[in-house]
Amino acid sequence: MTADHRHGSESPETRTEAIEALLVGKGLVKSAAVDALVERYEQDIGPLRGARVVAKAWTDPKFRARLLEDGMPAIRELGFGDNTDAHVARLVVKENTESVHNLVVCTLCSCYPWAVLGLPPAWYKSPAYRSRAVREPRRLLAELGLDLSPDVEVRVWDSSAEVRYMVLPQRPEGTDGLGAEELTDLVTRDSMIGVERLQRTG
Amino acid sequence: MNLPVRLDEDGAAAPPRENGELAFSAPWESRLFGLTMALVEAGRLDWEAFRGRLIGAIAAWEETASDEEWNYWQRWQEAFEDSLEAAGLVAATDIDRLSGQLAARPHGHEHHHEHPTENDE
Repeated sequence: MTADHRHGSESPETRTEAIEALLVGKGLVKSAAVDALVERYEQDIGPLRGARVVAKAWTDPKFRARLLEDGMPAIRELGFGDNTDAHVARLVVKENTESVHNLVVCTLCSCYPWAVLGLPPAWYKSPAYRSRAVREPRRLLAELGLDLSPDVEVRVWDSSAEVRYMVLPQRPEGTDGLGAEELTDLVTRDSMIGVERLQRTG
Repeated sequence: MNLPVRLDEDGAAAPPRENGELAFSAPWESRLFGLTMALVEAGRLDWEAFRGRLIGAIAAWEETASDEEWNYWQRWQEAFEDSLEAAGLVAATDIDRLSGQLAARPHGHEHHHEHPTENDE
């Protein structure tokens, strides 16, 4: 019975509006900054971190080897350690090749490599994705716009609270001259989940 | 580019992600989240202290076995209001007062359900 007085009789919507007005009035927050922050949590930062990890792996074979051996220490090298989950024991990175395509799913819930990919997309937790990724990954991928050749083996990795998976996509052809920043820009969230293979665009 | 805090993924304090992404079912929920994170990022609110209150608010709600429908973000709001007061940023009484005024707005805004306003200014 803690302090029901606290949330009063007004709706949470109204109380939140009041809090925002008070905080803005005191100069403690700016509304635009709040918008930006929500957006960052929803999309920006996570995939960008993963993209940097991928770009680094493409350009630094030793880093790539360490990444594939044990993901978490490797991403800490890039300074992403402090927001990663201490209780997630392992981040396992699976490398796509010409003949192997990896796909990440969490069949039980929505386990996801937050540390590198941020917040998962809405479809990741959908019952359809969770069940079909295991049952009929090829068909699912085709529906998502990824037609894999029959001779490409599909490996599906089921995440758990202890182990999170991330896909290391193949570096697109024709990108030899690109720098780290440009390579990072090529890497999409979907490619690191494994529902997309990267191509050089533009 | 670092985010101010890492959100819980598992356990009671983890935000709902029913549809994969952070599951905001109403705009006020994402506002609330954003306001909290803005203060944390600015160093005005301590994330761990907030998180402790959030866990406490969730546990308290579960113990009361209320008929009220579960809403994670309402627990977040309780924890946030407590944190604001504890940090000396916003007093609960100020929130009560202003939200009362906002609720009394005559048109196109929140109405108080039990006591519809007769204000028609």
